[in-house]
Amino acid sequence: MQPHISVRNLSKVYSGGFTALNQVSLDIHQGEIFALLGPNGAGKTTLISIICGIINATSGSVSVAGFDNVNNYRQARSQIGLVPQELSTDAFESVWNTVTFSRGLFGKPPAPDKIESILRQLSLWDKRNNRIMTLSGGMKRRLMIAKALSHEPRILFLDEPTAGVDVELRKDMWEMVRGLREQGVTIILTTHYIEEAEEMADRIGVIRKGEIILVEDKAALMTQLGRKELRLQLLKPLDALPDALRSGSLSLANNGAELIYTFDTQKSPSGVADLLRTLGELGIGFGDLQTRESSLEDIFVGLVKHPKTTD
Amino acid sequence: MNLYGVRAIYLFEMARMKRTLMQSVASPVISTALYFIVFGSAIGNHMGDIHGVSYGAFIIPGLVMLSLLTQSISNASFGIYMPKFTGTIYEVLSAPVSYVEIVMGYVGAATTKSLILGAIILLTARLFVDYQIVHPIWMVVFLVLTSLTFSLFGFIIGIWADGFEKLQLVPLMIITPLVFLGGTFYSIQMLPPFWQTVSLFNPVVYLINGFRWAFFGVSDVHMGVSLAMILIFLTACLGIIGWIFKTGYRLRS
Repeated sequence: MQPHISVRNLSKVYSGGFTALNQVSLDIHQGEIFALLGPNGAGKTTLISIICGIINATSGSVSVAGFDNVNNYRQARSQIGLVPQELSTDAFESVWNTVTFSRGLFGKPPAPDKIESILRQLSLWDKRNNRIMTLSGGMKRRLMIAKALSHEPRILFLDEPTAGVDVELRKDMWEMVRGLREQGVTIILTTHYIEEAEEMADRIGVIRKGEIILVEDKAALMTQLGRKELRLQLLKPLDALPDALRSGSLSLANNGAELIYTFDTQKSPSGVADLLRTLGELGIGFGDLQTRESSLEDIFVGLVKHPKTTD
Repeated sequence: MNLYGVRAIYLFEMARMKRTLMQSVASPVISTALYFIVFGSAIGNHMGDIHGVSYGAFIIPGLVMLSLLTQSISNASFGIYMPKFTGTIYEVLSAPVSYVEIVMGYVGAATTKSLILGAIILLTARLFVDYQIVHPIWMVVFLVLTSLTFSLFGFIIGIWADGFEKLQLVPLMIITPLVFLGGTFYSIQMLPPFWQTVSLFNPVVYLINGFRWAFFGVSDVHMGVSLAMILIFLTACLGIIGWIFKTGYRLRS
């Protein structure tokens, strides 16, 4: 199946010489939620800006729904809605006018019913005649989404959409994103809240210093790179690990009162049974135990510190 | 062509004019009225006719030009600079609108505002001075071409400017002195020969004189030369804007 967005060997070198993107290639499929993760300055916003046509690439190409975003920019851009990271709004304009403006800008005829529906969906209908400057931060964030949705895009970019948004509104937004995905809209999001990517995304891409270091199905990523941790609260603290327990997977914590065993979720057998048997043989008792699976955040931090390139 | 896109930009800019009516219309009208009172009525009564035209009427084309040039530049430069400043330019740049359509929207609105302003100033002048327009069609042609050309020029300044100071620099430091020295309040034939020659290097001389010819049928330079000068400037502005969009200068860089 043809990718909905195809990025090929994309590079961007700013006039000061800073390389923001270096030979980035990426395919995003129709109807998926793709989370792009990366530390600050990794190139996420530059990548989105080039795909959307806001800045020129130094080299490489982007096609959107099969249309080159330079040579067939009208067809390419008309597919895309963008919710930028910054709350960039015309403070003196009214909610209704600014959403109407966005729809017209993207070449769509006026459709008051459609705009009303979007504003109601985002709980902005009551504020339609208010000036944007009178809105709260959360309302402005919703307004940015309303503007992006006003021309009924098939692809939606959400660049840090929930930054500074309260928990309730964040949940509402993710509900809306799920609804859009069900309608077949392709969603690309960047976020610093990795638990959101973990909860929402179908696939994860990690960008670091302008290079894509990993693109993977989220579930596969969690399985491949996820690690589990078994913590045993010992009845008697140990000064050091006995020779029989000396391995890279075991360590002591809390002044020897806690034994930590780290293992791959994919590894079978996990080695837990062997460990417990060895402890019994050595006469090391424990009062309690807990297991913890590594989160996407742990995986992300690990990748950014020790990148692993995949196809 | 994305006509809905052009319409959206145009209406958005016209709405900005409505919101800033005092700044966009009232302020230049008041300052022009003051010029008519001071130069036209007070001082003008002690001045003789110039080229057979009363002094009060003689200064009308120049005063209209003064407002037209400064307001065209100001409106168009603010129109494109403000989205850059607030960050809302992302929406225009990511929309399926061509460079020509963007210019049509922004410059079209700035030109419309200038034409409205020019018409209001002419009506205001009528309150102070009685005047006839000898070549009304040419007057409209000059009015439209000048508004369009200097709106394009303002659009260039708005893209070039990276601060409010630069935005004001050209209208205040270049255009206003050129208009004052371009024969707004006098005929350049009243100047010593050396300064007459120097004045011919001032492009505004040609604009004012072309406009004055349309009003009174008299001017210091031939109207054909005036028309050619404004068309050359219009072409130059279009060329620069084409280059800006081709390279993404200060927009997509």
